[in-house]
Amino acid sequence: MKSVSPYLELDDNQRVQVSFCGLPLNLPDGANLAAALLAAGVEVFRHTPVSGAPRAPFCMMGACFDCLVEIDGVVRQACMVEVSEGLKVSRPHEADDARA
Amino acid sequence: MDTDYAIVGGGVVGLSVAWGLLKRGCTVTVLDGDDGSFRASRGNFGLVWVQSKGMNQPSYARWSQQSAAIWAEFAEELGHNTGQPVPLEQNGGYDLHFSEETLQATVSKYEKLKVQLNGDYPFEVLGHNALRKEEPHIGPKVVGAILHHQDGHANPLRLLRSLAADVRRMGGRVMTGKNVTDVAKPDDFRITCADGTVVSAGRIILSAGLGAAQLGPNMGFKAPVRPQRGQVLITEKLPKLINRPSLIARQVDEGGIQIGATNEEVGLDDRVTQPGLSGLAAEAIAAYPALGKAQLVRSWGALRVLSPDGLPIYQESADMPGAYLVTCHSGITLAAAHARFLPDWLEGTQAAPDLEVFSEKRFAIS
Repeated sequence: MKSVSPYLELDDNQRVQVSFCGLPLNLPDGANLAAALLAAGVEVFRHTPVSGAPRAPFCMMGACFDCLVEIDGVVRQACMVEVSEGLKVSRPHEADDARA
Repeated sequence: MDTDYAIVGGGVVGLSVAWGLLKRGCTVTVLDGDDGSFRASRGNFGLVWVQSKGMNQPSYARWSQQSAAIWAEFAEELGHNTGQPVPLEQNGGYDLHFSEETLQATVSKYEKLKVQLNGDYPFEVLGHNALRKEEPHIGPKVVGAILHHQDGHANPLRLLRSLAADVRRMGGRVMTGKNVTDVAKPDDFRITCADGTVVSAGRIILSAGLGAAQLGPNMGFKAPVRPQRGQVLITEKLPKLINRPSLIARQVDEGGIQIGATNEEVGLDDRVTQPGLSGLAAEAIAAYPALGKAQLVRSWGALRVLSPDGLPIYQESADMPGAYLVTCHSGITLAAAHARFLPDWLEGTQAAPDLEVFSEKRFAIS
């Protein structure tokens, strides 16, 4: 995970506490989760279940299913979720491991 | 004459036969439809399946077994020829049961068929605990399963792609976007398409799936095929959850789980419905509760091609000798038999399989 993201932060909403694989992040409340994670420097959203290849958002519009993350035990498309206080996000099927 | 054989229908059935004929040195032209056609080859469940086939006609069970037995070698050759592998697993498959009564009733039918097949019907009955050892994710509502060792599954889209590529590689002409409107036999066969294309051929094979119902009667066939809709669901790609396939769910080589399938008599309507998909999801979760948390990424409906008794039809036309109807429900399972054995029947060689039980005579009104 890089500390400097190539993505610009556009939202200037109030920041809320969110975690990604146990790492605390301050993300803009109500922002698109996929965009906010990219802006916060998250590069690998998940690893594919068969070959273990790293994946990140591709289409940003709900079609490609590459931005899958796990929230409350359910795998969801990050680009279709809004940031909210206390969101615990992790890589699907990886149970908070530390792969980066 | 443009070609030895014209094949109407470029799905898995038509291409399998085309492939076999090309290997014998025949020239072949395949006339395929367009995206508006009903295409079972693109919507099916991908099973290479033996159990439950031919309960009332052991010849069909045997035909399915013969195809399943040579499927791996067929897939291997396609992959070798094209560089596009056809993933296949033949480690057995399940018929899952939620009640002891249906399980026992099915076992009784299988025992009877096994005798008719001289014992060549390798299945075993697994109770819940035995099944759980094979399938750790099986749910408590599943009382048991019949494990048939001749069953398996393939990636049907990759099969279609490899078949089409190999047919072209061997010099077969595949014409797409062709809707055949008329077949005449002034001397050679003369096949006319909606766009004005005309192809002349020495022989013609009608393997147009549901399209045979319209074209067949004009060529001297009864062609009593009807559509039966199957809706399916596809999950996100998941870590290994299901080892062997069943009619309820299978996990494909790419990690996704295909959940199937409804059996609906709704005519030429391949849409999905909310009750249809909900029912599939509920049954799949009862079988594998972990699927309750899986994301669904796709769903679709496709139309099976069914004859009145569910068996294939292989028939030469009495009105137009040299015209053959080749149609079946299980085009994936039978792909290998169609590629390897049907050309001998079409060419009338000594090695021709006896396909009399699959002729249209069985539909005669007495």
